[in-house]
Amino acid sequence: MSLSQDEIFEKVQESLVDALGVDDDEVTREATLVGDLGAESIDFLDIVFKLESAFDISIPREELSPEDILTNSQYVQDGTVTAEGLAELKRRMPWADLGEFEKNPRVHYFGNILTVGDLCNYVETKVGE
Amino acid sequence: MRWFWVDRFTEFVSGSHACGLKNVALDQEVVDEYCPGYPMLPPTLIIEGMAQLGGILVAEHFKFEKRVVLAKVGKAVYHRPARVGDQLRYRVEMKSANETGAMTTGVSLCDDRPQADIDLMFAFLEPGFLVDGPLFRPGDLRTMLQIMNFFHVAVDAEGKPLPHYDNL
Repeated sequence: MSLSQDEIFEKVQESLVDALGVDDDEVTREATLVGDLGAESIDFLDIVFKLESAFDISIPREELSPEDILTNSQYVQDGTVTAEGLAELKRRMPWADLGEFEKNPRVHYFGNILTVGDLCNYVETKVGE
Repeated sequence: MRWFWVDRFTEFVSGSHACGLKNVALDQEVVDEYCPGYPMLPPTLIIEGMAQLGGILVAEHFKFEKRVVLAKVGKAVYHRPARVGDQLRYRVEMKSANETGAMTTGVSLCDDRPQADIDLMFAFLEPGFLVDGPLFRPGDLRTMLQIMNFFHVAVDAEGKPLPHYDNL
C-alpha cells in the first residue's frame, strides 16, 4: 500500500475521532494522545484495532507500549529511565520524538509523550513494510 | 443473582459470529420499572445481552483460557425501543482479535427491522489484575451455556461440534 503523509494523517485522524470521541479539529499532529485528546489506557487497545483495520497492518503490543523497557531495572533507576534505557527506547521507537522526554525521563511521564504525529510516523513505517 | 440477558443461543460459529434471542416480558422487574408506564427493555441491557454473546464468542476463540471482560462500548445506536412482547434477534460478529483483546460488531433485529447497532471491545484481565483466579466457579459457565442452548448450536469453523473444554 502506498499512501501519502496526508492520507495517513486523515485515516489516523478518523480512527482517533472514532476511538476517543473527539472532534476532527482537536486531532492535530502536535496533539498528545493522553494529555490533549484524553486517551486512557483501554483506548490504546481500541486505537490499535482501528489502525490495524484502517491500514491493514499488524501492530504488536510492544511496539507502541514499551512496558517491558519501562519496567526493566536494567533500564530504569529510581523511577528514571537511564541513558541505556533511552537508547533502547529510541531503537524500539525510531518514529517517536523523544526529545521532550529526554529532558526529564521520569517513567510516569512517558505515557503522555506520544503525539498524533508520532502515531502517523509509526503507521508510515508499517505501511511501507 | 441471575444475570442472563440472552435467552438462547441460536447460532454459534467459532471465531466468526454468535446469534441469540432475547424475549422481552412484563414479568421482568427491570422491564416494568425502567420507564414507568412504558415497559421496555433498558437499552443498557441490550448492550449487556450483546456483550454476553460477544464475550462467549471471544472467550471460545481463546479456548476459554482468557478472562474476558467488556472494556468499551464503541457504538450504541437504537432505532426503536424493545417493548413488552418483542423478540429481539441478536447477531454479533467478531471483527478482530489479538493477544490483548477483541472487537465485535452487533445488530439487534425486531420483526426483521433494525432495533439497535452495538459495537463492543473486549479486553483480557491479566493475571492478578482486579481479581485473582478464574471469573467463574468450576462448572458455572458450562451450566450457563447449557441453559442457553449453546452446546446444541455451537460449531467450529468447519461446522463440526466444538471440542470438550476441560476448563469450563
